[in-house]
Amino acid sequence: MGLKLSRWKATRDLMVGQKQSAGPERLLDGSVILTRLEAAVNWARKYSFFLYPFVTACCGMEFMSVAGPRYDLDRFGAALPRFSPRQSDLLMVVGTISHKQAPILVKVYNQMAEPKWVFAFGVCAVSGGFYDNYSVVQGIDTLIPVDIYVPGCPPRPEMVLDGLLLLQQKVKQERWSDWPRGEAPVSRC
Amino acid sequence: MSEISKDLHTEYMVINMGPSHPVTHGTVKFLATLEGETIVDLDVEIGYLHRGFEKMCENSTWQQVIPYTDRLNYVSPLINNTGYALAVEKLLGIDVPERCKYLRVIACELSRLSDHLTNVAAAGLELGAFTAFLYFVEARELVWDLIESLCGARVTVNYVRIGGLKNDLPERFEEKVRYVFKEVRRLWVDVDKLLTKNRIFIDRVRGVGAISAEEAIAYGFTGPCLRACGVPYDVRKAQPYLVYDRMDFEVPIGETGDNYDKYLVRMEEIQQSMRIVEQALAQMPDGPINVRLPQVRMEPKEKIYSRIDSLIYHFKTVIEGIKPPPGEVYQAVEGGNGELGFYLVSDGSGKPYKCRVRPPCFALTAAMPRLVKGRLLADIVPTFDMINMIGGECDR
Amino acid sequence: MGLMDASVTLKKLTEKFPDAVVGTHNYRGDDTAIVKKEKIRDICLFLRDDPDLLYNFMMDLTVVDYLGRDPRFEVVYHLYSLPHNRRVRIKALVPESDLTIDSVVSVWVAADWFEREAYDMYGVVFTGHPNLRRILLYEGFEGHPLRKDYPLKKRQPLIGPVN
Repeated sequence: MGLKLSRWKATRDLMVGQKQSAGPERLLDGSVILTRLEAAVNWARKYSFFLYPFVTACCGMEFMSVAGPRYDLDRFGAALPRFSPRQSDLLMVVGTISHKQAPILVKVYNQMAEPKWVFAFGVCAVSGGFYDNYSVVQGIDTLIPVDIYVPGCPPRPEMVLDGLLLLQQKVKQERWSDWPRGEAPVSRC
Repeated sequence: MSEISKDLHTEYMVINMGPSHPVTHGTVKFLATLEGETIVDLDVEIGYLHRGFEKMCENSTWQQVIPYTDRLNYVSPLINNTGYALAVEKLLGIDVPERCKYLRVIACELSRLSDHLTNVAAAGLELGAFTAFLYFVEARELVWDLIESLCGARVTVNYVRIGGLKNDLPERFEEKVRYVFKEVRRLWVDVDKLLTKNRIFIDRVRGVGAISAEEAIAYGFTGPCLRACGVPYDVRKAQPYLVYDRMDFEVPIGETGDNYDKYLVRMEEIQQSMRIVEQALAQMPDGPINVRLPQVRMEPKEKIYSRIDSLIYHFKTVIEGIKPPPGEVYQAVEGGNGELGFYLVSDGSGKPYKCRVRPPCFALTAAMPRLVKGRLLADIVPTFDMINMIGGECDR
Repeated sequence: MGLMDASVTLKKLTEKFPDAVVGTHNYRGDDTAIVKKEKIRDICLFLRDDPDLLYNFMMDLTVVDYLGRDPRFEVVYHLYSLPHNRRVRIKALVPESDLTIDSVVSVWVAADWFEREAYDMYGVVFTGHPNLRRILLYEGFEGHPLRKDYPLKKRQPLIGPVN
């Protein structure tokens, strides 16, 4: 019984991140975990991202590799791409966004339900890349709020997985008051 | 039945398969006018990935264009690099050493492998054959391991230089090639068993997207889509460049031009590409890989740091760019999708006056309405997959 | 391709259209003919149908802007003959004052999208084209970006940040 209790304790401490006294759990023989609701919900959210891969360009090749069998997104819970914004919560903007494509990106972002996160995959999404010209948006953060920036042209799959882990850490620290955030703050020029 | 439907007021429905759609590879919009499930008309709108390739090239030196060419057909970047370098070398009137030609052939064929593997994998994925996708993505990863050991990067390689290459073969490359090709052949046999005689796959792709040879030529088709129609046109055989005239390979030809023939042509070309790489590795001579013209190709760093003339040439070519004589040239290579042509105009300065790419999949995508008119909405998926439209090349 | 074979196209072209062909050259082995723009459709039909030439493939259609020269634009056609395995380049001179040229869609269907792209990027109007509208840029874009006097970094966003 002592071993079981310590294992439960370890699990609970992992989830909440701080040590607490064992009172009620010991009384209930380790069949109950107590934590804050925020922490539990964040834990569920971060290990079950439903991606919307907004793939446009060359980074899409690395996205296929990341989703492939060698560098596996499924290990991190983010396996299932949902090709509808209504059903997904992680918008991965993969590749260059041109001015013609920009309204579509904003529309897709607005159609997603909160909570939602945006992952800028590749340096063209982060800042326009080396396409500093008349037709490329210089970074999608001029259009929608971005949570994680992964530069690279294209980024190696390990970098993408690192970005995903950082996003998971970010989600872990969220509070209820962060949501809802509202529509993307853009204007039609 | 027709008596009843005369009284029913029916209209055509216009459905938008928008630019952010998994099938359209993210960047093409289809406006399908439907009668029930049958397509009456299809309007294809491209340009969602227009990144201004030509304008950027006009503002960069001749050597700085090479990374932009990587991102054209981004599944086979080495072929684009090679095509551009060959065009500039034609403009300069220089010829590269033998070893460089063989290495370029190896690089091109590895890239072509990557292209066809990706295309068949994506086609399988979009028709629901997820296992074929996973197997060929693993095969592609192995080929990319080879490319990474050769060039240093997986996708956007930037390996070919004007007048040579970035570096020579790494150690034990032949062993790695042997191992990788054994694995790729094994995976090829697996996917062949999964797809080629699969009832569901055949029902979806056979008879769909068929086009006659004359019409295909009128539309400007080249590459596997044209060869699937029965026309034996391959730039590597018709107007050989590099050392393709010394390689023994076959060009697979289809019959009806439908999607099933395109798939079979691509699968067979994977095997032929592997043959070419093995032959090239066996025949390759020793020697330098860069042409010895310091005003075109930079010399090794040891020379630049120790000799004043090498330093001056290095400075001039990096700051101002190499200076081909004024004129214009067109060079065609066989890309993964067809004839990839580079039309370069030089005015004698260090920057291209015009750098035009003839994109093979532009002509193929233009023929999309013709291929699917009268067929069902779901037939857009395999037809568009087998055309292998790559956004970076079509929209540049 | 021997030298005899290479100049068959240029010879026949100058014989058939002596007043339309302004010049020819063979720089680096590429046959090139510079023509006036008025008879371009007839020239293309001749190139496609003549049994010695049979240029059935239209490989490429593009425009080059020689700013500061008159005529300013050149519409460049790259053709390939599948039966004879030959290439030729036809350049039609188009001045800025009269920026139109006949469309060759009726000769090769492939010209459809290539001409739309040339219109989009340079502003050359192809008379007789069934559907001449922008293809690579959005409909409301102002200007023609590949012209030499259009700046590289001019931004025309459709949608942008609030502040």
